[in-house]
Amino acid sequence: MPAKPPANAVTSAAPNAATGRVALLVATRKGAFILNTDGSRRTWTIRGPMFFGHIVHHMVLDPRPFARTLMVAARTGHLGPSVFRSTNMGKTWQEATRPPAFPKVEQAQDGQKGRVVDHTFWLSPGHASEPRTWYAGTSPQGLFRSEDGGDTWAPVSGFNDHPMYLKWTGGDKDGTPNGPKLHSIQVDPRDARHLYIGMSSGGVFESLDKGASWKPLNAGCAADFRPEPNPEYGHDPHCVRLHPLAADVLYQQNHCGIYRMQRADATWVRIGANMPKRIGDIGFPLVLHPRDTRTLWVFPMDGTSVWPRTSPGGKPAAYVTRNAGKSWQRQDAGLPRNQGWFTVKRQAMSADAHHPVGVYFGTTGGEVWASRNEGAKWACIAQHLPEIYALEAVEPAR
Amino acid sequence: MNVLIPGPLRSYTGERREVEANGATLAEVLADLDRRYPGIRFRMIDEQDGIRRHMRIYVNGGEVRAIHVPLRSSDEVIIFQALSGG
Repeated sequence: MPAKPPANAVTSAAPNAATGRVALLVATRKGAFILNTDGSRRTWTIRGPMFFGHIVHHMVLDPRPFARTLMVAARTGHLGPSVFRSTNMGKTWQEATRPPAFPKVEQAQDGQKGRVVDHTFWLSPGHASEPRTWYAGTSPQGLFRSEDGGDTWAPVSGFNDHPMYLKWTGGDKDGTPNGPKLHSIQVDPRDARHLYIGMSSGGVFESLDKGASWKPLNAGCAADFRPEPNPEYGHDPHCVRLHPLAADVLYQQNHCGIYRMQRADATWVRIGANMPKRIGDIGFPLVLHPRDTRTLWVFPMDGTSVWPRTSPGGKPAAYVTRNAGKSWQRQDAGLPRNQGWFTVKRQAMSADAHHPVGVYFGTTGGEVWASRNEGAKWACIAQHLPEIYALEAVEPAR
Repeated sequence: MNVLIPGPLRSYTGERREVEANGATLAEVLADLDRRYPGIRFRMIDEQDGIRRHMRIYVNGGEVRAIHVPLRSSDEVIIFQALSGG
């Protein structure tokens, strides 16, 4: 029986378009960078590297008023994972006193060793009513919460210690090449208790009680890499998004296609089936329009044969739908026409809140591409960066 | 006792290569190190008290694989970073 949406749901108001400065927070395998532009979004300057030599998995600016904290999840090849925060846009940083970590297991039980966080992969600010709350998703899959602005992090035991944890998450080999991950932590803007998470692998899960209990939410979603035809869990969502203005609608870019769910229906519908067959609907990121709940962008990857995970045919393009996935339009103006073997990771595509919306993505080849007209035309605004893991478009002054 | 700190951890020690820490076991020395330089322990020791994969700890020239080993005040602890790829 699927969980019901929260009873105290209210509708959010659509925000006005932004007009001010835009910054792109770029997390790379060798450090973090910030690309800055003014309201015209025509010229960009680059600042960094910060955390030079660190593997930076995510850099996020808190969008909540009065809490403009910049949060970074980083580790190195040698040193353990930590979380750092800055209240002056990266001029100075403070390390978490207690970074995300699983509880110490004094004695191994049933041959199971205590879990160790390899890296913190995903950071999400909490609900607007809880300005000091943040969530973190880790590899291996773990959910953590901070209630003091990122200084100390505690495990969300309702998930991490759930009796079904091992079955839901699978083993070490059931994940991405860089390890299984918990990602896409989404907080319902109407209810701080209502959470969604995605796991690669594991699937999409929902909690109505702030993480105390969880249920899988994968009906209708394919998992063609598993033997059973319609598993309840074990799926591979690459990126799950909840629109702040239509919080009963979920979108996901999955290992097995692009999906939309009207929450009351509790069934994913494969809107990627409407993509051109020669392109397919495999990819990693999925980006929502900040004001139009039916518009979203994806960046298709080649998911045929041995899964090259590059732009199909070496011809990179974004695809946009403006009708919630009924039809898709190719957007490749300005991008390489041939021999463009882009890989864009799940956290490496984002949109600003201007009108028209700016859409941005970073490649594993260290390029940042920008469109200030909703994908109609692209320009490369940075080259020769390290492998880009994540890119977030933010408004520092809003 | 003396503890030698590798380059990647010296941001915690004010760039000092050699620092003082006390304890009757390596675990106690590491805890004391963390009191003096908050955060340094978790970067090299995981939450299950394991020495992280690319860290190495030597006591008087011999490598130790676990942190619950006894120490004397005259011992020297050297922390190294091992190789970890490009």
